[in-house]
Amino acid sequence: MDIKELYQEIILDHGKNPRNKNIFKDFNKDAKGHNPLCGDKVHIFLKLNNEMKLENISFEGEGCAISMASASIMTEIIKGKEFNVAKKIQEDFLNMIKEGSKLSLNSLSDSENTTMMSLSGVKRFPMRVKCATLAWHTFIEAVEGNKKIVNTEN
Amino acid sequence: MDTKVIKSKFPIFQNKINGKQLIYLDSANSSQKPKTVIDRISKFYSKEFSNIGRSVHSLAVIATNRFEETRDLVKKFINAKSREEVIFTKNATEAINLVASTYGEKFINKGDEILITELEHHANYVPWHFIRQRKGAIIKFAECNDKGEVDIDEIKKLITNKTKIIAITHLSNVTGAIMPVKKIVDLANEKKIPVLVDGCQGAPHLEIDMQKLGCDFYAISCHKMYGPTGVGILYAKKKWLDILPPYQGGGGMIEEVKKDNITFPGSPTKFEAGTLQTAEVVGFSESIKFIEGVGIKNIMQHEREILEYGLEEIRKNNSVRIIGDPKNRGSIISFTIKGIHPHDIATILDEDGVAIRAGHHCCQILHKKMGIAASARASLGIYNTKEDIDVLKNSIKKCNKIFNN
Ligand SMILES: Cc1ncc(COP(=O)(O)O)c(C=O)c1O
Repeated sequence: MDIKELYQEIILDHGKNPRNKNIFKDFNKDAKGHNPLCGDKVHIFLKLNNEMKLENISFEGEGCAISMASASIMTEIIKGKEFNVAKKIQEDFLNMIKEGSKLSLNSLSDSENTTMMSLSGVKRFPMRVKCATLAWHTFIEAVEGNKKIVNTEN
Repeated sequence: MDTKVIKSKFPIFQNKINGKQLIYLDSANSSQKPKTVIDRISKFYSKEFSNIGRSVHSLAVIATNRFEETRDLVKKFINAKSREEVIFTKNATEAINLVASTYGEKFINKGDEILITELEHHANYVPWHFIRQRKGAIIKFAECNDKGEVDIDEIKKLITNKTKIIAITHLSNVTGAIMPVKKIVDLANEKKIPVLVDGCQGAPHLEIDMQKLGCDFYAISCHKMYGPTGVGILYAKKKWLDILPPYQGGGGMIEEVKKDNITFPGSPTKFEAGTLQTAEVVGFSESIKFIEGVGIKNIMQHEREILEYGLEEIRKNNSVRIIGDPKNRGSIISFTIKGIHPHDIATILDEDGVAIRAGHHCCQILHKKMGIAASARASLGIYNTKEDIDVLKNSIKKCNKIFNN
Protein backbone atom coordinates (compact mmCIF):
# COMPACT_ATOMS: atom_id res chain seq x y z
CA MET A 1 0.00 0.00 0.00
CA ASP A 2 1.12 3.50 -0.73
CA ILE A 3 1.39 6.47 1.60
CA LYS A 4 -1.00 8.25 -0.78
CA GLU A 5 -3.79 6.03 0.50
CA LEU A 6 -3.41 7.82 3.80
CA TYR A 7 -2.98 11.25 2.32
CA GLN A 8 -5.80 11.18 -0.22
CA GLU A 9 -6.85 14.30 -2.09
CA ILE A 10 -10.02 14.66 0.01
CA ILE A 11 -8.00 14.61 3.23
CA LEU A 12 -5.40 17.05 1.97
CA ASP A 13 -8.16 19.34 0.79
CA HIS A 14 -10.00 19.26 4.14
CA GLY A 15 -6.67 19.61 5.96
CA LYS A 16 -5.73 22.72 4.00
CA ASN A 17 -9.20 24.25 3.72
CA PRO A 18 -11.09 23.00 6.73
CA ARG A 19 -14.88 23.45 6.64
CA ASN A 20 -16.73 24.92 9.63
CA LYS A 21 -13.52 25.99 11.33
CA ASN A 22 -14.80 28.93 13.35
CA ILE A 23 -16.74 29.75 16.48
CA PHE A 24 -20.37 30.73 15.97
CA LYS A 25 -22.18 32.81 18.56
CA ASP A 26 -25.19 30.83 19.74
CA PHE A 27 -23.63 27.43 20.43
CA ASN A 28 -25.12 25.70 23.46
CA LYS A 29 -22.73 22.77 23.83
CA ASP A 30 -18.98 22.47 23.50
CA ALA A 31 -16.09 20.25 24.52
CA LYS A 32 -12.34 20.21 24.13
CA GLY A 33 -10.21 17.29 23.00
CA HIS A 34 -6.50 16.90 23.45
CA ASN A 35 -4.06 14.31 22.22
CA PRO A 36 -1.03 14.94 24.47
CA LEU A 37 1.27 12.62 22.57
CA CYS A 38 0.89 14.53 19.31
CA GLY A 39 -0.30 17.87 20.62
CA ASP A 40 -3.47 17.74 18.49
CA LYS A 41 -6.17 19.97 19.97
CA VAL A 42 -9.80 20.43 18.97
CA HIS A 43 -12.64 22.41 20.45
CA ILE A 44 -16.07 21.42 19.17
CA PHE A 45 -19.01 23.85 19.29
CA LEU A 46 -22.56 22.90 18.51
CA LYS A 47 -26.12 24.05 18.65
CA LEU A 48 -28.50 21.28 19.59
CA ASN A 49 -32.19 22.25 19.41
CA ASN A 50 -35.11 20.90 21.44
CA GLU A 51 -35.74 18.15 18.88
CA MET A 52 -32.13 16.98 19.40
CA LYS A 53 -31.15 18.12 15.95
CA LEU A 54 -27.64 19.48 15.31
CA GLU A 55 -28.57 22.86 13.92
CA ASN A 56 -25.00 23.99 13.70
CA ILE A 57 -21.54 22.60 14.43
CA SER A 58 -18.05 24.01 14.15
CA PHE A 59 -14.57 23.45 15.48
CA GLU A 60 -11.37 25.22 16.36
CA GLY A 61 -8.02 23.59 16.81
CA GLU A 62 -4.56 22.78 15.60
CA GLY A 63 -2.86 19.59 14.70
CA CYS A 64 -1.77 17.30 11.91
CA ALA A 65 -3.52 17.01 8.56
CA ILE A 66 -5.31 13.84 9.65
CA SER A 67 -6.80 15.35 12.82
CA MET A 68 -7.86 18.58 11.14
CA ALA A 69 -9.30 16.83 8.09
CA SER A 70 -11.20 14.40 10.28
CA ALA A 71 -12.75 17.25 12.31
CA SER A 72 -13.66 19.12 9.15
CA ILE A 73 -15.20 16.04 7.53
CA MET A 74 -17.16 15.25 10.67
CA THR A 75 -18.70 18.69 10.93
CA GLU A 76 -19.63 18.64 7.26
CA ILE A 77 -21.32 15.28 7.51
CA ILE A 78 -23.26 15.57 10.76
CA LYS A 79 -24.34 19.20 10.47
CA GLY A 80 -28.15 19.35 10.27
CA LYS A 81 -28.64 15.73 11.30
CA GLU A 82 -30.48 14.34 14.33
CA PHE A 83 -28.09 13.60 17.20
CA ASN A 84 -29.14 9.93 17.22
CA VAL A 85 -28.26 9.60 13.57
CA ALA A 86 -24.98 11.45 14.08
CA LYS A 87 -24.12 9.13 16.93
CA LYS A 88 -24.65 6.09 14.70
CA ILE A 89 -22.40 7.67 12.10
CA GLN A 90 -19.76 8.20 14.77
CA GLU A 91 -19.92 4.55 15.83
CA ASP A 92 -19.73 3.45 12.23
CA PHE A 93 -16.73 5.70 11.67
CA LEU A 94 -14.88 4.37 14.73
CA ASN A 95 -15.49 0.80 13.60
CA MET A 96 -14.04 1.62 10.23
CA ILE A 97 -10.92 3.25 11.69
CA LYS A 98 -10.29 0.76 14.46
CA GLU A 99 -11.60 -2.54 13.11
CA GLY A 100 -11.29 -1.88 9.41
CA SER A 101 -14.98 -2.66 8.85
CA LYS A 102 -16.90 -1.18 5.93
CA LEU A 103 -19.32 1.65 6.60
CA SER A 104 -22.67 -0.01 7.26
CA LEU A 105 -25.10 2.89 7.32
CA ASN A 106 -27.35 3.47 4.36
CA SER A 107 -28.50 6.86 5.58
CA LEU A 108 -25.46 8.57 4.09
CA SER A 109 -25.38 9.91 0.56
CA ASP A 110 -22.83 8.50 -1.87
CA SER A 111 -20.64 11.56 -1.60
CA GLU A 112 -20.81 11.51 2.21
CA ASN A 113 -19.78 7.87 2.08
CA THR A 114 -16.83 8.62 -0.16
CA THR A 115 -15.71 11.46 2.07
CA MET A 116 -15.85 9.33 5.22
CA MET A 117 -14.13 6.43 3.47
CA SER A 118 -11.20 8.69 2.58
CA LEU A 119 -10.08 8.32 6.17
CA SER A 120 -10.14 4.52 6.14
CA GLY A 121 -6.41 4.38 5.26
CA VAL A 122 -5.62 5.50 8.81
CA LYS A 123 -6.34 1.96 10.01
CA ARG A 124 -2.94 0.86 8.71
CA PHE A 125 -1.13 3.53 10.75
CA PRO A 126 -1.80 2.63 14.40
CA MET A 127 0.09 5.66 15.71
CA ARG A 128 -2.27 7.93 13.81
CA VAL A 129 -5.63 6.41 14.78
CA LYS A 130 -5.98 8.82 17.68
CA CYS A 131 -5.49 11.76 15.35
CA ALA A 132 -8.45 10.62 13.27
CA THR A 133 -10.79 9.80 16.14
CA LEU A 134 -10.15 12.81 18.41
CA ALA A 135 -12.83 15.14 16.98
CA TRP A 136 -15.42 12.34 16.90
CA HIS A 137 -14.94 11.46 20.56
CA THR A 138 -15.00 15.13 21.46
CA PHE A 139 -18.28 15.63 19.60
CA ILE A 140 -20.00 12.92 21.69
CA GLU A 141 -18.48 14.40 24.82
CA ALA A 142 -19.95 17.80 23.95
CA VAL A 143 -23.45 16.34 23.91
CA GLU A 144 -23.35 13.60 26.52
CA GLY A 145 -20.28 14.14 28.63
CA ASN A 146 -19.59 16.04 31.75
CA LYS A 147 -15.85 16.14 32.01
CA LYS A 148 -15.53 18.59 29.12
CA ILE A 149 -12.01 17.62 28.16
CA VAL A 150 -11.39 14.50 26.14
CA ASN A 151 -7.90 13.17 26.58
CA THR A 152 -6.81 10.38 24.29
CA GLU A 153 -4.39 9.08 26.90
CA ASN A 154 -6.92 8.19 29.59
CA MET B 1 36.49 5.45 10.02
CA ASP B 2 34.60 2.86 8.01
CA THR B 3 30.90 3.42 8.64
CA LYS B 4 30.02 0.17 6.86
CA VAL B 5 31.97 -1.70 9.50
CA ILE B 6 30.38 0.35 12.26
CA LYS B 7 26.87 -0.26 10.93
CA SER B 8 27.53 -3.97 10.68
CA LYS B 9 28.11 -4.08 14.44
CA PHE B 10 24.45 -3.11 15.00
CA PRO B 11 22.11 -6.06 14.30
CA ILE B 12 19.05 -3.80 13.93
CA PHE B 13 20.29 -2.60 10.55
CA GLN B 14 19.85 -6.08 9.14
CA ASN B 15 16.08 -5.63 9.32
CA LYS B 16 13.90 -3.98 6.76
CA ILE B 17 11.41 -1.32 7.82
CA ASN B 18 8.36 -1.10 5.58
CA GLY B 19 10.39 -3.10 3.10
CA LYS B 20 13.12 -0.46 3.13
CA GLN B 21 16.59 -0.17 4.55
CA LEU B 22 16.35 1.37 8.03
CA ILE B 23 17.61 4.96 8.16
CA TYR B 24 17.78 5.59 11.88
CA LEU B 25 17.77 9.30 12.72
CA ASP B 26 16.31 9.12 16.22
CA SER B 27 19.41 8.54 18.34
CA ALA B 28 18.74 11.56 20.55
CA ASN B 29 15.63 9.72 21.64
CA SER B 30 17.47 6.44 22.10
CA SER B 31 20.39 4.96 20.23
CA GLN B 32 20.61 1.48 18.72
CA LYS B 33 22.73 -1.21 20.40
CA PRO B 34 25.85 -2.96 19.12
CA LYS B 35 25.84 -6.76 19.16
CA THR B 36 28.49 -6.81 21.87
CA VAL B 37 26.09 -5.08 24.28
CA ILE B 38 23.21 -7.39 23.42
CA ASP B 39 25.42 -10.48 23.75
CA ARG B 40 26.87 -9.30 27.05
CA ILE B 41 23.43 -9.21 28.65
CA SER B 42 22.66 -12.66 27.34
CA LYS B 43 25.99 -14.03 28.59
CA PHE B 44 25.47 -12.47 32.00
CA TYR B 45 22.10 -14.14 32.39
CA SER B 46 23.38 -17.44 30.98
CA LYS B 47 26.57 -17.72 33.00
CA GLU B 48 26.98 -15.12 35.73
CA PHE B 49 23.62 -14.04 37.08
CA SER B 50 22.70 -13.70 40.69
CA ASN B 51 21.61 -10.80 42.84
CA ILE B 52 24.54 -8.63 43.80
CA GLY B 53 26.01 -7.60 47.13
CA ARG B 54 23.77 -9.78 49.28
CA SER B 55 24.79 -13.43 49.21
CA VAL B 56 28.11 -15.13 49.76
CA HIS B 57 27.81 -17.87 47.14
CA SER B 58 30.13 -17.90 44.16
CA LEU B 59 27.65 -16.56 41.62
CA ALA B 60 26.89 -13.61 43.87
CA VAL B 61 30.57 -12.82 43.98
CA ILE B 62 30.94 -13.05 40.19
CA ALA B 63 27.84 -10.94 39.53
CA THR B 64 28.88 -8.34 42.08
CA ASN B 65 32.33 -8.13 40.54
CA ARG B 66 30.97 -7.63 37.01
CA PHE B 67 28.62 -4.92 38.27
CA GLU B 68 31.30 -3.09 40.23
CA GLU B 69 33.79 -3.42 37.37
CA THR B 70 31.33 -1.42 35.29
CA ARG B 71 31.35 1.29 37.94
CA ASP B 72 35.13 1.42 37.64
CA LEU B 73 34.87 1.68 33.85
CA VAL B 74 32.40 4.55 34.16
CA LYS B 75 34.61 6.28 36.69
CA LYS B 76 37.48 6.16 34.25
CA PHE B 77 35.34 7.06 31.25
CA ILE B 78 33.97 10.25 32.81
CA ASN B 79 37.16 10.91 34.80
CA ALA B 80 35.54 11.03 38.22
CA LYS B 81 37.87 11.27 41.20
CA SER B 82 36.57 8.13 42.86
CA ARG B 83 34.22 5.23 42.18
CA GLU B 84 31.99 6.43 45.03
CA GLU B 85 31.05 9.37 42.83
CA VAL B 86 29.30 7.08 40.32
CA ILE B 87 25.72 6.16 41.23
CA PHE B 88 23.56 3.91 39.07
CA THR B 89 19.98 5.05 38.52
CA LYS B 90 17.32 3.91 36.08
CA ASN B 91 17.86 6.87 33.72
CA ALA B 92 18.92 10.53 33.68
CA THR B 93 15.44 11.51 34.78
CA GLU B 94 15.90 9.57 37.99
CA ALA B 95 19.39 11.01 38.44
CA ILE B 96 18.03 14.57 38.25
CA ASN B 97 15.10 13.71 40.52
CA LEU B 98 17.56 12.28 43.03
CA VAL B 99 19.47 15.56 43.18
CA ALA B 100 16.39 17.80 43.12
CA SER B 101 14.78 15.79 45.88
CA THR B 102 17.75 15.36 48.24
CA TYR B 103 19.58 18.62 47.61
CA GLY B 104 16.25 20.45 47.45
CA GLU B 105 15.14 18.93 50.73
CA LYS B 106 18.29 19.94 52.54
CA PHE B 107 19.37 23.21 50.94
CA ILE B 108 16.46 24.90 49.17
CA ASN B 109 14.03 26.96 51.22
CA LYS B 110 11.21 29.43 50.74
CA GLY B 111 12.19 32.24 48.40
CA ASP B 112 15.38 30.52 47.23
CA GLU B 113 16.08 30.44 43.52
CA ILE B 114 16.71 27.58 41.14
CA LEU B 115 18.29 28.73 37.89
CA ILE B 116 17.59 26.73 34.74
CA THR B 117 17.30 27.66 31.04
CA GLU B 118 14.57 27.74 28.41
CA LEU B 119 16.37 24.93 26.61
CA GLU B 120 15.72 22.35 29.31
CA HIS B 121 14.08 19.01 28.70
CA HIS B 122 11.10 18.45 31.01
CA ALA B 123 13.38 16.08 32.94
CA ASN B 124 15.41 19.08 34.06
CA TYR B 125 12.43 21.26 34.90
CA VAL B 126 9.63 19.15 36.40
CA PRO B 127 11.77 17.78 39.31
CA TRP B 128 12.64 21.39 40.21
CA HIS B 129 8.99 22.33 39.90
CA PHE B 130 8.24 19.79 42.64
CA ILE B 131 10.78 21.52 44.88
CA ARG B 132 9.25 24.87 43.96
CA GLN B 133 5.91 23.56 45.15
CA ARG B 134 7.22 21.79 48.22
CA LYS B 135 9.49 24.56 49.46
CA GLY B 136 8.04 27.72 47.97
CA ALA B 137 11.17 28.22 45.87
CA ILE B 138 11.41 30.24 42.66
CA ILE B 139 12.52 28.93 39.28
CA LYS B 140 14.26 31.38 36.97
CA PHE B 141 14.68 30.65 33.28
CA ALA B 142 17.73 31.97 31.45
CA GLU B 143 16.48 33.10 28.05
CA CYS B 144 17.33 31.37 24.85
CA ASN B 145 17.95 33.58 21.78
CA ASP B 146 16.61 33.05 18.27
CA LYS B 147 19.69 31.00 17.41
CA GLY B 148 18.44 28.48 19.96
CA GLU B 149 21.33 29.00 22.35
CA VAL B 150 21.61 30.53 25.83
CA ASP B 151 24.21 33.25 26.13
CA ILE B 152 26.25 33.01 29.32
CA ASP B 153 25.33 36.62 30.12
CA GLU B 154 21.68 35.55 30.38
CA ILE B 155 22.73 33.19 33.16
CA LYS B 156 25.05 35.69 34.77
CA LYS B 157 22.37 38.33 35.11
CA LEU B 158 19.97 35.97 36.88
CA ILE B 159 22.42 34.85 39.57
CA THR B 160 21.60 36.38 42.96
CA ASN B 161 22.45 35.69 46.57
CA LYS B 162 19.37 33.49 46.64
CA THR B 163 20.50 31.19 43.80
CA LYS B 164 20.87 27.73 45.31
CA ILE B 165 21.58 25.68 42.20
CA ILE B 166 22.15 26.13 38.48
CA ALA B 167 20.78 23.26 36.38
CA ILE B 168 21.59 23.29 32.66
CA THR B 169 21.64 20.98 29.72
CA HIS B 170 25.00 20.11 28.17
CA LEU B 171 23.61 19.85 24.63
CA SER B 172 20.07 20.88 23.69
CA ASN B 173 18.00 17.96 22.42
CA VAL B 174 16.10 20.36 20.12
CA THR B 175 18.49 23.00 18.75
CA GLY B 176 21.68 21.04 19.33
CA ALA B 177 23.24 24.03 21.12
CA ILE B 178 26.25 23.07 23.21
CA MET B 179 26.39 25.03 26.46
CA PRO B 180 29.67 26.51 27.73
CA VAL B 181 29.55 24.33 30.85
CA LYS B 182 33.05 25.10 32.06
CA LYS B 183 32.46 28.87 31.90
CA ILE B 184 29.16 28.54 33.72
CA VAL B 185 30.81 26.43 36.40
CA ASP B 186 33.53 29.06 36.84
CA LEU B 187 30.87 31.73 37.16
CA ALA B 188 28.93 29.69 39.71
CA ASN B 189 32.08 28.87 41.68
CA GLU B 190 32.61 32.55 42.43
CA LYS B 191 29.35 32.44 44.37
CA LYS B 192 29.74 28.85 45.58
CA ILE B 193 26.63 27.73 43.70
CA PRO B 194 26.60 24.06 42.65
CA VAL B 195 25.95 23.24 38.99
CA LEU B 196 23.99 20.26 37.72
CA VAL B 197 24.45 19.30 34.09
CA ASP B 198 21.84 17.28 32.21
CA GLY B 199 24.30 15.27 30.16
CA CYS B 200 21.78 13.16 28.27
CA GLN B 201 22.84 14.50 24.89
CA GLY B 202 26.35 15.50 25.94
CA ALA B 203 27.54 12.08 27.04
CA PRO B 204 26.97 10.26 23.71
CA HIS B 205 28.46 12.98 21.53
CA LEU B 206 31.08 14.95 23.45
CA GLU B 207 34.18 14.33 25.49
CA ILE B 208 33.00 14.25 29.07
CA ASP B 209 35.66 14.78 31.65
CA MET B 210 34.34 15.68 35.09
CA GLN B 211 37.64 17.26 36.13
CA LYS B 212 37.67 19.52 33.07
CA LEU B 213 33.98 20.41 33.31
CA GLY B 214 34.15 20.89 37.07
CA CYS B 215 30.39 20.56 37.59
CA ASP B 216 28.95 19.21 40.84
CA PHE B 217 26.40 16.86 39.28
CA TYR B 218 26.19 15.22 35.85
CA ALA B 219 23.22 13.09 34.73
CA ILE B 220 23.46 10.43 32.01
CA SER B 221 21.02 8.06 30.28
CA CYS B 222 22.96 5.02 29.10
CA HIS B 223 20.35 4.02 26.52
CA LYS B 224 21.37 7.06 24.46
CA MET B 225 25.02 5.89 24.60
CA TYR B 226 24.53 2.62 22.70
CA GLY B 227 23.69 1.03 26.04
CA PRO B 228 20.70 -0.84 27.49
CA THR B 229 17.52 0.84 28.70
CA GLY B 230 16.99 1.00 32.44
CA VAL B 231 20.43 2.36 33.26
CA GLY B 232 21.31 5.91 34.14
CA ILE B 233 24.27 7.43 35.91
CA LEU B 234 24.48 10.22 38.39
CA TYR B 235 27.94 11.61 38.81
CA ALA B 236 28.22 13.80 41.91
CA LYS B 237 31.16 15.27 43.74
CA LYS B 238 31.85 13.29 46.87
CA LYS B 239 31.49 16.32 49.09
CA TRP B 240 27.78 16.41 48.17
CA LEU B 241 27.19 12.69 48.44
CA ASP B 242 28.62 12.73 51.95
CA ILE B 243 26.07 15.25 53.18
CA LEU B 244 22.96 14.59 51.07
CA PRO B 245 20.25 12.40 52.64
CA PRO B 246 19.30 9.08 50.99
CA TYR B 247 16.78 9.28 48.13
CA GLN B 248 14.73 6.08 48.22
CA GLY B 249 14.63 3.72 51.17
CA GLY B 250 14.75 -0.06 51.14
CA GLY B 251 17.07 -3.02 51.00
CA GLY B 252 20.73 -2.65 50.19
CA MET B 253 21.06 0.98 51.22
CA ILE B 254 21.17 0.55 55.00
CA GLU B 255 23.94 0.14 57.54
CA GLU B 256 21.98 -0.91 60.59
CA VAL B 257 18.24 -1.13 61.14
CA LYS B 258 16.72 -0.98 64.60
CA LYS B 259 13.18 -0.39 65.73
CA ASP B 260 13.97 3.14 66.79
CA ASN B 261 16.77 4.11 64.43
CA ILE B 262 18.29 3.40 61.03
CA THR B 263 21.78 4.29 59.89
CA PHE B 264 23.08 4.45 56.34
CA PRO B 265 26.34 3.59 54.65
CA GLY B 266 28.28 5.95 52.39
CA SER B 267 27.89 6.53 48.67
CA PRO B 268 27.13 4.88 46.31
CA THR B 269 25.32 2.29 48.47
CA LYS B 270 23.26 4.93 50.26
CA PHE B 271 21.70 5.99 46.96
CA GLU B 272 21.14 2.59 45.38
CA ALA B 273 18.06 1.15 47.08
CA GLY B 274 16.59 -2.22 46.16
CA THR B 275 17.65 -4.74 43.53
CA LEU B 276 19.29 -2.93 40.66
CA GLN B 277 19.17 -3.44 36.88
CA THR B 278 22.19 -5.68 37.18
CA ALA B 279 22.37 -7.23 33.71
CA GLU B 280 21.81 -3.89 32.01
CA VAL B 281 24.59 -2.23 34.01
CA VAL B 282 26.94 -5.07 33.07
CA GLY B 283 25.80 -4.73 29.44
CA PHE B 284 26.68 -1.05 29.57
CA SER B 285 30.32 -1.95 30.14
CA GLU B 286 30.35 -3.06 26.48
CA SER B 287 28.93 0.32 25.37
CA ILE B 288 31.85 2.08 27.00
CA LYS B 289 34.25 -0.35 25.35
CA PHE B 290 32.50 0.27 22.03
CA ILE B 291 32.75 4.07 22.34
CA GLU B 292 36.37 3.87 23.46
CA GLY B 293 37.10 1.43 20.66
CA VAL B 294 35.89 3.88 18.03
CA GLY B 295 37.28 6.81 19.97
CA ILE B 296 35.17 9.75 21.11
CA LYS B 297 37.27 12.13 18.99
CA ASN B 298 36.48 10.05 15.90
CA ILE B 299 32.81 9.93 16.84
CA MET B 300 32.74 13.70 17.20
CA GLN B 301 34.51 14.27 13.92
CA HIS B 302 32.32 11.83 12.02
CA GLU B 303 29.08 13.25 13.42
CA ARG B 304 30.27 16.78 12.68
CA GLU B 305 30.79 15.87 9.03
CA ILE B 306 27.36 14.32 8.72
CA LEU B 307 25.75 17.19 10.62
CA GLU B 308 27.32 19.82 8.38
CA TYR B 309 26.37 17.89 5.26
CA GLY B 310 22.83 17.49 6.60
CA LEU B 311 22.42 21.17 7.44
CA GLU B 312 23.75 22.17 4.05
CA GLU B 313 21.53 19.79 2.11
CA ILE B 314 18.37 20.44 4.07
CA ARG B 315 18.84 24.22 3.88
CA LYS B 316 18.62 23.94 0.09
CA ASN B 317 14.92 23.17 0.47
CA ASN B 318 13.17 26.52 0.81
CA SER B 319 10.09 25.11 2.49
CA VAL B 320 12.16 23.84 5.42
CA ARG B 321 12.89 25.90 8.51
CA ILE B 322 15.69 24.57 10.70
CA ILE B 323 15.09 25.33 14.37
CA GLY B 324 17.96 27.35 15.77
CA ASP B 325 21.39 28.12 14.44
CA PRO B 326 23.72 27.82 17.41
CA LYS B 327 27.40 28.58 16.88
CA ASN B 328 28.41 25.47 18.71
CA ARG B 329 26.11 22.65 17.61
CA GLY B 330 25.84 18.93 18.35
CA SER B 331 24.33 16.17 16.24
CA ILE B 332 20.74 17.39 16.07
CA ILE B 333 18.65 18.97 13.30
CA SER B 334 15.12 19.95 14.28
CA PHE B 335 12.98 21.39 11.53
CA THR B 336 9.52 22.26 10.30
CA ILE B 337 8.17 22.20 6.76
CA LYS B 338 5.85 24.97 5.71
CA GLY B 339 2.24 23.80 5.74
CA ILE B 340 2.96 20.25 6.96
CA HIS B 341 2.52 19.14 10.54
CA PRO B 342 5.55 17.29 12.00
CA HIS B 343 3.48 14.16 12.59
CA ASP B 344 2.54 14.01 8.95
CA ILE B 345 6.22 14.44 8.09
CA ALA B 346 7.19 11.58 10.40
CA THR B 347 4.56 9.25 8.92
CA ILE B 348 5.64 9.99 5.35
CA LEU B 349 9.35 9.55 6.22
CA ASP B 350 8.59 6.30 8.03
CA GLU B 351 7.17 4.88 4.83
CA ASP B 352 10.68 5.29 3.37
CA GLY B 353 12.27 3.57 6.37
CA VAL B 354 13.42 6.90 7.82
CA ALA B 355 12.91 7.03 11.60
CA ILE B 356 12.77 10.54 13.04
CA ARG B 357 10.92 12.00 16.00
CA ALA B 358 8.06 14.47 15.76
CA GLY B 359 6.50 16.44 18.58
CA HIS B 360 7.75 18.81 21.23
CA HIS B 361 10.57 16.44 22.31
CA CYS B 362 9.71 17.12 25.97
CA CYS B 363 10.63 20.80 25.48
CA GLN B 364 7.34 22.68 25.38
CA ILE B 365 8.83 25.89 26.75
CA LEU B 366 11.45 26.02 24.03
CA HIS B 367 8.94 25.26 21.28
CA LYS B 368 6.66 28.02 22.52
CA LYS B 369 9.62 30.38 22.50
CA MET B 370 10.33 29.41 18.89
CA GLY B 371 6.69 30.06 18.06
CA ILE B 372 5.80 26.49 17.16
CA ALA B 373 3.88 23.66 18.83
CA ALA B 374 6.00 20.86 17.47
CA SER B 375 8.91 20.06 15.21
CA ALA B 376 10.44 17.14 13.35
CA ARG B 377 13.87 16.08 14.57
CA ALA B 378 16.63 14.17 12.84
CA SER B 379 19.35 13.20 15.29
CA LEU B 380 22.60 11.45 14.51
CA GLY B 381 24.58 8.55 15.87
CA ILE B 382 27.90 6.98 15.00
CA TYR B 383 26.23 4.71 12.41
CA ASN B 384 24.79 7.50 10.24
CA THR B 385 26.18 8.31 6.81
CA LYS B 386 25.84 10.95 4.12
CA GLU B 387 23.69 8.46 2.23
CA ASP B 388 21.25 8.54 5.17
CA ILE B 389 21.03 12.30 4.76
CA ASP B 390 20.36 11.88 1.05
CA VAL B 391 17.45 9.54 1.77
CA LEU B 392 16.14 12.01 4.36
CA LYS B 393 16.44 14.85 1.89
CA ASN B 394 14.51 12.98 -0.79
CA SER B 395 11.89 11.90 1.71
CA ILE B 396 11.37 15.54 2.68
CA LYS B 397 10.85 16.31 -0.99
CA LYS B 398 8.23 13.60 -1.06
CA CYS B 399 6.40 15.43 1.76
CA ASN B 400 6.46 18.57 -0.39
CA LYS B 401 5.08 16.60 -3.30
CA ILE B 402 2.25 14.94 -1.39
CA PHE B 403 1.22 18.20 0.22
CA ASN B 404 1.83 20.07 -3.00
CA ASN B 405 3.69 22.97 -1.37
C1 LIG C 1 18.37 16.65 27.20
C2 LIG C 1 17.61 15.49 27.77
N1 LIG C 1 17.41 15.41 29.09
C3 LIG C 1 16.74 14.39 29.65
C4 LIG C 1 16.24 13.36 28.90
C5 LIG C 1 15.50 12.26 29.58
O1 LIG C 1 16.13 11.05 29.42
P1 LIG C 1 15.51 9.74 30.08
O2 LIG C 1 14.10 9.66 29.63
O3 LIG C 1 16.36 8.64 29.55
O4 LIG C 1 15.62 9.89 31.55
C6 LIG C 1 16.44 13.39 27.51
C7 LIG C 1 15.93 12.31 26.65
O5 LIG C 1 14.88 12.33 26.07
C8 LIG C 1 17.13 14.48 26.94
O6 LIG C 1 17.32 14.55 25.62
